[in-house]
Amino acid sequence: MSTAVETRRGPFVREILGRSDYAIISELVEPGTKVLDLGCGDGELLEWLVEHKGVEARGIEINSVKVQRAIARGVSVYQGDIDEGLADYPDHAFDYVILSQTLQETRRPLKVLREMLRVGKRAIVAFPNFGHWKVRLAHLFTGRAPKTKLFPYEWYDSPNIHFLTVLDFEDLARQEGWTIERRIFLAGRHTGRLLPNLMAEIAVYLIRSNTARQAGSAR
Amino acid sequence: MIVQTQYVRFDSLSLDCGATLSPVDVAYETYGELNRERTNAILILHALSGDAHAAGISHETGKPGWWDNMIGPGKGFDTDKYFVICSNVLGGCRGTTGPSSINPATGCPYALSFPVITIGDMVRLQNMLIDYLGIERLLAVAGGSMGGMQALQWTVAYPDKVAAAIPIATTARHSPQQIAFNEVGRQAIMADPDWNGGNYYGRRPPARGLALARMIGHITYMSDESMREKFGRRLRDKDRYGFDFSVDFEVESYLHYRGAQFVDRFDANSYLYITKAMDYFDLTNGSASLASVLEKTQARFLVISFTSDWLYPSYQSLEIVNALRSRNRDVAYCELNSNYGHDAFLVEVGEQTEIVRGFLARTFERLR
Repeated sequence: MSTAVETRRGPFVREILGRSDYAIISELVEPGTKVLDLGCGDGELLEWLVEHKGVEARGIEINSVKVQRAIARGVSVYQGDIDEGLADYPDHAFDYVILSQTLQETRRPLKVLREMLRVGKRAIVAFPNFGHWKVRLAHLFTGRAPKTKLFPYEWYDSPNIHFLTVLDFEDLARQEGWTIERRIFLAGRHTGRLLPNLMAEIAVYLIRSNTARQAGSAR
Repeated sequence: MIVQTQYVRFDSLSLDCGATLSPVDVAYETYGELNRERTNAILILHALSGDAHAAGISHETGKPGWWDNMIGPGKGFDTDKYFVICSNVLGGCRGTTGPSSINPATGCPYALSFPVITIGDMVRLQNMLIDYLGIERLLAVAGGSMGGMQALQWTVAYPDKVAAAIPIATTARHSPQQIAFNEVGRQAIMADPDWNGGNYYGRRPPARGLALARMIGHITYMSDESMREKFGRRLRDKDRYGFDFSVDFEVESYLHYRGAQFVDRFDANSYLYITKAMDYFDLTNGSASLASVLEKTQARFLVISFTSDWLYPSYQSLEIVNALRSRNRDVAYCELNSNYGHDAFLVEVGEQTEIVRGFLARTFERLR
């Protein structure tokens, strides 16, 4: 029992959780906060945040089997649809609302992002960058819908229905008046700042809406 | 695990209808050990036809409890970790005071002089039992169907005495369809001449009426699919139609069997009183909204529904869940896949075990 705990408390979160965006997200979340994870899968990230950061965790997940696994981990997950599922939460119910690599799968991404910033004081959004050079090359040279490590699906069975790049997201943030508090770009397991729209495989943003600041947000 | 039903008598119980019942007996069973801090107690709440014998093998009858697959050592409600309590509801006929009990004022069974009771009354009596057992705060209240209604009622009536609630395949208020089915069941009983205005104790009970009520009930507990799987159009002990009104189909035979079996163990007047309590159940109880009522609760919730349950459909569970979410309460919700209809909460053990175990473990850990 104690060995398992020791292993999980290893020095680098990314080594433990495997997915590099999880690692970044768990570093962004302040201890003791209230967190909602959209499309939380089987609750792996939330469980980690509960046990290591003492957060109060909630999740939304559409897949019944994953919801069961999350609840079996002791995480309070609600079986529902992200596109509709946020409506019932009151304003600023959470310190953070997390959307990890699911934005491109939502039907109405802007509505989801706005809802995230309504129910959360801050939003953490991680998405695969469609502007990555490999995607661009795949498109250029094959003349077909690009297939890469990050976008491995055939066009007809891909869950991804919106494709966005780092620049697209920055534009949207400007247009919506969101404050970007942190931006982290990942390629493999490394972070980098150089030419993110070309080099980043995954982009992670910590954003806050300006209305939240006017309303006197805690931090 | 051999278990024995225990009994306790309370002086009196005041009821929602204004009447007072005295004395009141409660039949209950317990499984596992109460820990020194008295923090590991779970109250299991039974449905319409259940009783205090939820788990283990009965000392008297040799039969397993009605939720034995969920309660016991290493099971979903793990009696190696938790102290599990189940009592027969007020108005029942399995040891707790109900219409078949003797009215001390007359020396005769109450019959229809028994006051009309509510889910709130049932829970008030359970609270007296919990006090009697010396438990200040329950780790969890849990139950399916009418048991789920009691679990919800607990969280609202005694918010500081419940750390967690597991309402399964249930509703915050009975719908017109649910009331309608109950009313047909009651009318079936009351239309039986043997019912005799409720005064049948000591003579022939309204067996046909009660069996019919139970047959209707069983139809609502199954799903179209589970009935097709279980019976199809198979004939019972014959190769071709009888061209009469004896039993032709397996499904008919099953319903007859279930109806007849029920009459041996259940009191018709209890059926009237308990179904009425279910129909009266409305957690909002005159408040503006379900959300404003559930706002007072302090428990963590695990709400479970089943895909093929058309008697207590998932939308009713979602009403509860969404009301809780709108007040930012701690709620987990899962709609489990099942073909078994409303019966699923008694049948689908595997998945429920996993989620109940995880949910309880986290709740228990937080209390420390």
